[in-house]
Amino acid sequence: MERNPMRRQLAIMRQSLFDQGYLDEQFIQLEELQDDANPNFVEEVVTLYYRDSARIILNLEQALERKPFDFNKLDGLMHQFKGSSSSIGAKKVKAECTLFREYCKSGNGEGCTRAFQQLKREYATLKRKLEAYFQLARQAGPAETACCRKE
Amino acid sequence: MGMAAESQFHVLAVDDSIIDRKLIERLLKTSSYQVTTVDSGSKALEFLGLHEDDTTNPSTPCVSPNNHQEVEVNLVITDYCMPGMTGYDLLKKIKESSSLRDIPVVIMSSENVPSRISRCLEEGAEEFFLKPVRLSDLNKLRPHLMKTKSKDQHQKQEKQEEKSAFQSPKQQQQEKEEHQQQQQSSNNKRKAIEEGLSPERTRPRYNGITTVV
Repeated sequence: MERNPMRRQLAIMRQSLFDQGYLDEQFIQLEELQDDANPNFVEEVVTLYYRDSARIILNLEQALERKPFDFNKLDGLMHQFKGSSSSIGAKKVKAECTLFREYCKSGNGEGCTRAFQQLKREYATLKRKLEAYFQLARQAGPAETACCRKE
Repeated sequence: MGMAAESQFHVLAVDDSIIDRKLIERLLKTSSYQVTTVDSGSKALEFLGLHEDDTTNPSTPCVSPNNHQEVEVNLVITDYCMPGMTGYDLLKKIKESSSLRDIPVVIMSSENVPSRISRCLEEGAEEFFLKPVRLSDLNKLRPHLMKTKSKDQHQKQEKQEEKSAFQSPKQQQQEKEEHQQQQQSSNNKRKAIEEGLSPERTRPRYNGITTVV
């Protein structure tokens, strides 16, 4: 049980990310790889994810400007996005990627456009929540558990 | 101060995704492996000491060994879907190379495609992991690495037996040694497919998730 009130708030925030379906089991796998020698591992991976996602989103936007749609290319880009989202446990974003790919496979351009807008919204929400989470984690100070930050 | 007598295994991880490279590196290091990561199949071959010929003639081997690899690699773990050279292409090139074919290769993929899995296993991949890869998956690597170590010891043993066979020139004894050697090499070689798939091989290993055929 965390005595530090900020740590408790952090735990609640973390739990709600799982309860609301933003994150899945894979995020916990990342947390388990964090230790004293690698105290910021999860945040480092997530930061890489933001950067990589920004790149892919830009590429998708450019690809969606070219008519007619190159569904193969779109699917390829989304495959990448799905992969990285899956690797960090981004559950909702991953689901949106899957939906987009289904529209690609059936050659449904309108569906792709809609799905992409929805995907960007989900991604933005997740990013906002994770940024808030890690910011609080930094403010909350070292935990009583093994995930200790170096002072 | 005690030093560990066992030298670390060196794993070469290949993945075009920067996130997955970071992940696999951490997973491997947590499992006490030495790790090198590269972002493409061609870089992997370069690291392993192979260089592709420029010829497009299919009958000539497409890789020529460049002396011996500089750094010893005990296992290659590669993503399947990569631009340019896929993980499958990389697997093939490794298995076609006389200097590299004994290095165990593991394939990772985010997609559970049974035909893909069997194709990789038939080409000589030791394992097929579904992504995201977990620590528990990596526990399956150790037996393949240990097998490589014991195989090196076997080969040294075989060479010694050969020597003694030639010293006593009895035809029967020679034939016996050769037969034993053949049996041993077929036990060790991953191309046991030619002799018929063992029960273990026919079941693709992907964390026990049921295949949807």
